[in-house]
Formats: sequence, C-alpha cells, structure tokens
Amino acid sequence: MKKNYLTNGQTVASWLLTGDHKRIAMLYLVSVTLFFLVGGVAALMFRLELLTPKGDMFIPEQYNRLFTLHGVMMVFFFLIPAVPAVLGNFLIPIMIGARDLAFPKLNLASWYIYVIAGICAIIALIQGGVDTGWTFYTPYSSTYSNTAVTAAVLAAFIAGFSSILTALNFIVTVHTMRAPGLTWFRLPLFVWAHYATSLIIILGTPVLAITLLLLGLERVCGVGIFDPRLGGDPILFQHLFWFYSHPAVYIMVLPAMGVISEMVACAAQKKVFGYEFVAFSSLAIAVLGFLVWGHHMFVTGQSMYAGFVFSFISMLVAIPSAIKVFNWTATIYKGSIVWNTVTMYVLGFLGLFTIGGLTGLFLATIAVDVHLHDTYFVVAHFHYIMVGGSVMGYLGGIHFWWPKMTGRMFPEFFGKLSALLVFVGFNLTFFPQFVLGYLGMPRRYHAYPDEFQMLNVLSTAGATVLGLGYALPLFYLIWSLKYGKKASNNPWHAYGLEWETSSPPPTFNFDVMPVVTRPAYDYDTEAAEQLAKVEDKAIDAIRREHEETAL
Amino acid sequence: MSEKSFQLWPDMASSFALDVDLLYGFLIVVTIFFSILISVMVIGFSLYYRRGRKVNRKLGHHSNFTEVIWAAGPFVLVMIMFVWGAMLFYKMQTPPENTLDIEVVGKQWMWKIQHATGRQEINALHLPLGQPIRLRMISEDVIHSFYIPAFRVKQDVLPAFFTQLWFEPTRIGTYHLFCAEYCGNEHSKMIGTVTVMAPEEYARWVEEGVQEKPVDAGERLFTQFQCNTCHQSDNSGNGPALAGLFGKKRPLKGGGLVEANDQYFRDSILNPHKQILAGYDAMMPTFQGQLTESDSLAIIAYLKSLPQLPIPENSVSMQDLNP
Repeated sequence: MKKNYLTNGQTVASWLLTGDHKRIAMLYLVSVTLFFLVGGVAALMFRLELLTPKGDMFIPEQYNRLFTLHGVMMVFFFLIPAVPAVLGNFLIPIMIGARDLAFPKLNLASWYIYVIAGICAIIALIQGGVDTGWTFYTPYSSTYSNTAVTAAVLAAFIAGFSSILTALNFIVTVHTMRAPGLTWFRLPLFVWAHYATSLIIILGTPVLAITLLLLGLERVCGVGIFDPRLGGDPILFQHLFWFYSHPAVYIMVLPAMGVISEMVACAAQKKVFGYEFVAFSSLAIAVLGFLVWGHHMFVTGQSMYAGFVFSFISMLVAIPSAIKVFNWTATIYKGSIVWNTVTMYVLGFLGLFTIGGLTGLFLATIAVDVHLHDTYFVVAHFHYIMVGGSVMGYLGGIHFWWPKMTGRMFPEFFGKLSALLVFVGFNLTFFPQFVLGYLGMPRRYHAYPDEFQMLNVLSTAGATVLGLGYALPLFYLIWSLKYGKKASNNPWHAYGLEWETSSPPPTFNFDVMPVVTRPAYDYDTEAAEQLAKVEDKAIDAIRREHEETAL
Repeated sequence: MSEKSFQLWPDMASSFALDVDLLYGFLIVVTIFFSILISVMVIGFSLYYRRGRKVNRKLGHHSNFTEVIWAAGPFVLVMIMFVWGAMLFYKMQTPPENTLDIEVVGKQWMWKIQHATGRQEINALHLPLGQPIRLRMISEDVIHSFYIPAFRVKQDVLPAFFTQLWFEPTRIGTYHLFCAEYCGNEHSKMIGTVTVMAPEEYARWVEEGVQEKPVDAGERLFTQFQCNTCHQSDNSGNGPALAGLFGKKRPLKGGGLVEANDQYFRDSILNPHKQILAGYDAMMPTFQGQLTESDSLAIIAYLKSLPQLPIPENSVSMQDLNP
C-alpha cells in the first residue's frame, strides 16, 4: 500500500523530529487540545462558584487563580495558536500546491518553543498559580501580587516567539512557493486570512514581548517602569499591552474567518460572493486593528480627545466585518445546501459572530462604554467573538478537514449534535451575561449581590451544556480514527487543491506538482444539483430493490 | 439598590442615566435588526436552496454596487453611534462650575470618602439630591475603578494620579458602589452603598460626627512634619512660600511652566523631585511612606485655604527660565 504522511514512519522519533508540516499540525492539535481542556475545566469550576451569590465554594485566592488560569490558557495557548498552528500548518502548503512550508525546521522549532512555554505555564501553576487576570495590569502584577507572575509572564513571552516563527513561515511560503498558475487572486480566502494574521503577529508580538520583559524587569529587579512608587506610570503598561492584545483579537478571529470562507463555499457549492472584498477586508481589519487599542482605556483618565479618536477608528472596524458577513450570506443565496455538520457550524458561526460584532459597537460607543467597561457585558461580547467566532470556526474546520487529515469520516449524527449543543449551550451561557453587564455586575467578582443570581444560574447551566458540546467531538473524533468510515479524497465535493490529493495526503502532499488553471472556488452549483439527482436516483433504486426482495 | 431577586434593567438615578439608556436602546434596536436580518437570511436561504429542491439558481451578474451599499449602510449607522456617544461623553467629562467636591481614596480593599466638612465614611457615599457632585479620586496602591451602575458612571482610580468624576443624583435611594478594576484578593469585597438624600437631610448628616476638618488636619500635619522649616511664609526658606500658590503657573528648573494644581501639590509632597521650581535645589525629601494620600489631600486643602500673600518674585529671574 502507498504510504501516506501518517504511515510514513511509525516511531516516536519520526514524530518528534519530523519536518512534515502535517505531522507538526497534528502535534499542535494534541497540545492545543490539552491546554483547551485545562482552560475549560477552570471555567467550569468558577462557573460553579458563581451559582450562588456568596463565595462559598472557593476562597477568593482560588477563584482569582482560576479565572486567570482560564484566561492565560485560552488566549495564549489555545486561541492564538489553534487555527493557524493546526489548520493553517496542515493546509497552507497543500492549498498552494507546495511540498511543505518554506522552513520545515523552523516550523518544528516553533512547536518546541510552544511546548517550552506551556511547561513554564504549568510551572506557574505548580508554584501556586497566578491571580492577576490574563491582562497582567500593573502595578498589581509588578509589585503587589504574591503569586507566580514571573513564570506566567515568561510563558506568554516565550509563546510569542512560537507565533512569530509560524507567521514568518506562512508569509515566506505564500510569497515564494505557490504552484504554477496560482496567482494571488486565485488563493483560497483561508490563505488570505492567514496572510493578514501573520502580518499582525509579526508586527504586534514583539511589542508584547517588550512589554512583558519590562514587567519582569520591574517585578524581579525593581526597575521603576510602571509602578508610580518607583517612578513609573501604571497606564503606560495598558498602552503597550493593548497595542498587541487588541490586534491579538484579530489574530484569534481572522483565521477562523478564513475557515468559514472555505466552508461556506463548500456548503453552498458556490463561489464565495465578492472574493476580492472578503480578501481585502481581512487586510483592512489587520491594519485598523493596530489603531484601536485605546478603546480598552476610555475610563482610565486618558485624554477625552484620544477617546474620541479611538472610538471613531473602532467604529470603522465594523465595516470590513459587515462586508464579510454580508458576502458569506450572499454566498448561501442560490447555493445548493446540504444540512450536514459543516453547514451547521457555518450557520452557528454566522449567528454568533454577528451578535458578537454588533455588541462590540456598544463598547466602541464611548459614553455607553463608560457604563459597560469591566462588566459582564464585555465578558459576553468577547466570548461571542472568541468562542462564538474563533472556536466555532476552529471546531467547524476540524470537522470539515478531518477526513483529509485522518482519512476517516466522523459520525454525521454526532457531528450535528455537537454543533447544536455548542450553539445552544453557548447562547445560554453568554446571553444572560449581556443583561448582567448592563445591570452593572463587574467582571472578576468572586461574590455578587443577590439580585444577579438568576442570570448567573442560567449562565452556569449553559456552561455545562457547552462543556458537553465540546467533550462530545473529543470522543467521536477519536473513535473515528479506528472505526470511522474510510474517507474518499473529496467527501464534501469541495473545490481546492487539498481535495485533489489523497486522504490522508502523502508526505510530500502531491505525487505530481499541481498546475492551477481555474479561479478559486470554481464550484458548479448546477452540477451539485445534478449530482444530488443521481444520488437520489441511486438511493431510490436501492430502496426499490430492497422492497422487491422483501416482497 | 434593588430588593428584587431578579431584574432586567438597572435603576436610573443620575442625570446621565436616561441619556445613556436612550443611546443603549438605539444600539439594541440596531443589534436586533441586523441579528434577525442575518439569521433569517442565512437560515432562509439554507432551507430554500437546500440541495435537491427545484428552484431558480440562475445567478445575476456580481455588481460592486451591492458591496458599496452594504458597506455604506453600516458606515452611516456607526457614525451616528460615534457622534451620539462622543457628545454624551463630552457632557460626562465636563463638570459644571457649581459642583460639590468630595474626595475619594481607594486602597486594597476599601473606599475612603472625605467630605469637605470633615465627615468621613468608608465604603459608603452620602449625597444630596439634585446637586452636581465632583469626586476627586486617587489610589493608595493599585488601580481601582469607582463604579455606580445606577448613575451609569465609572472612572478608574489610579495610584499617584488624580482622576475626577462628576454626576448629578436625581433619585432618592440606596445604590450599589462597586470596584470595577480587578485589584487583588478581596476585589469583590471592595463594594459599598451610595445613599442619595434630600438636600436638607444631607446638610444635617454631613455635619454630624465630624472629628477634624481636612483643613485642620492639613495644618496639623504641616506643623507636625515641620514643613515650615523650609517653606517659610516670607519666602526666606530653602523652599518656596506656599500661600496663594494654588492655580498659578510657575516656571520649572530646566525650562517650562507648571500649573500648581492638586496633582502638582500631591507630587511635590510624595515625589518632590519630579518637578523642581526654577531657582530652587532638589533638596526636599520625599514623604512617601510617611504620609498617605489622605494626608496629602488634607495638606493640599490646608495650603489652598491659606490667605493670598504677595510672593516676592526676586528668587525667579528670566535667566533661570532659559538656562
């Protein structure tokens, strides 16, 4: 039998020393899943605490460590690497018809750096955890907290280098290794989204590294940078932190948007509506993302006029986002849609991302943000983007490309069920938090006034459903590795180079170098319909045969 | 503060509440409109055009006009949000002249409130109805945030930097006071109550249980720490005379001017080498660690209360301004 990338070498060393982008993607898949589990369990634990107004399950020290653990794990170790390092790593070379990324060894190094960062985070955990929140605001983090801030900051610092290497690899690969005929405007939108993301990573992450280094200097050596007692400025940290961490939001969501562009075209069997507009809106978001950090600081006492400028630019981000949503919607129009797992994840993403985007406008509207800042409204909003958008896109993408990655089909029924559970559980968890926020419940509260209880109970109930929705794929996807139906090369009748090679692909992706002669998403909606008719006829014929034998 | 176990809308108890709620209402209408629009379209299309249904799938020509329309529509809407929000924020940032000033010091994990009459309270704030209030706030340690949901106002309280917040209570009652910026272990205990009273009731209340007026406390500290050794009223000491200094622009050593405001006074006491007046040496010791923010506020109140004395200008010459 011809060897594919999974069977080509079975030793542990063949995995840990591999240069194959697909194997590295699988290593990332396993590691981000582990970190996601840690972060998820932490979230379930503090949601349980919040069932009652009094802080009766954990003491404040434990509660504060739990939400920090959740934030650090999810942001730095799951959301930022998830789509690019797993799906991007696996797919970008195949989508552009290359044998591998430009720098395979650098790619493997980036995984090792990520693992080292993860170990640092675990050390922080063993040292007793961190209680600053994932935002590490000074001077609390630099001078006042008695927890393992240094180890946690070091973990985030190191993790940044892993993203930088991956981003660098993507940019060089896309520039230099596209197959003959694959012009920029024939690239899948997934590649465009990753290209935009890589630019943000390369420009933004060094600023985070500098910021965290300065924080470490103040904490360890007592050099006054942020703490006014040492002669520093506490607000300076927020400027530096958000200069990276606002663009980081787009690092987390843009790749998921790329995933959705691929899935929506396949689900509708139709060319993505307004391809150029979707592609350039990714770049527009990447650029605007660097100019809006001050909207996290409307109530810090920054100049009112600075507030106006940041409010104005934040509003502009709505336009490329709206363009994307409308174009995806228009892609479904006159498509040929099958209600399968892929479609359900696409619809879930569109619904949740729309609400997430629109509620962002509340926070960009400066006078309303004064009331909503640091309340549960903010928590709800960014979870609609980060979980409703990014995680929905990531999970959807994992399902969509699972047959390609593993050569097996997952059970369709459970796929649909998980999409439904995630959607319902998610809304039940986070919708009540919008109401809580407007009522005035601040975030990061271990205990809260009685009148907020009802909504908190709803939220915790939702979190258990959501937890179930996330746990389910873990089981049936692993099950499918052995017992799943063998996948054909193109089970979804999708268009794109990755569907032209075998499932799973050989180590060097293609047996013959592909030559691209057609535009991206060259779907034929009518042909999909004809195919459906043929399939229907075939099914009818089988049924008739069965009836006849029964008679 | 609501006694109800469940509510969907917060109390409205300041002059900003209705303004913010109206804008919030507009945002909700926009959100509901677009959420329903998108949901109906994606679900509707997915059902109507599901595979195997015999419907017209003939595509028209892709026109960029569509793209322009669905970029322009949101643009107009977000600009309305921006202008509306900015105008309201301008109002929130511009206190009127006739405010009643109250001082707030945040520290892990309590709010200390100082009324001008000398009455102090902890984790509670009593206010007269219908009177514009201005809070001058500073933190002893980390960043806190002073938040009264029923008033729709919030302002971070920073270490070493004054911030201010103004509002006008419009309904008698008791409301929540929260710390909104995470500040350590007992962050969720850094809460209190805001009580809005009838003005005459407040006038009575604020005179009760007064121990020492801030001005008197300031004078006591000024003497106790022997500030007048250097800051002599006839300007013959090593430091400048302080009477009548408040609000004046003074030249700095090395060039530039500084307005002698609260922040300048506070820094001069707790971080004196930050800005040195022209004509003086950087010889004042810091009182950080010996004086709290509350103490420095009292001293500032005392200095502001000193009668205007003519300050001899001989110690500052134009030469010092342009070294």
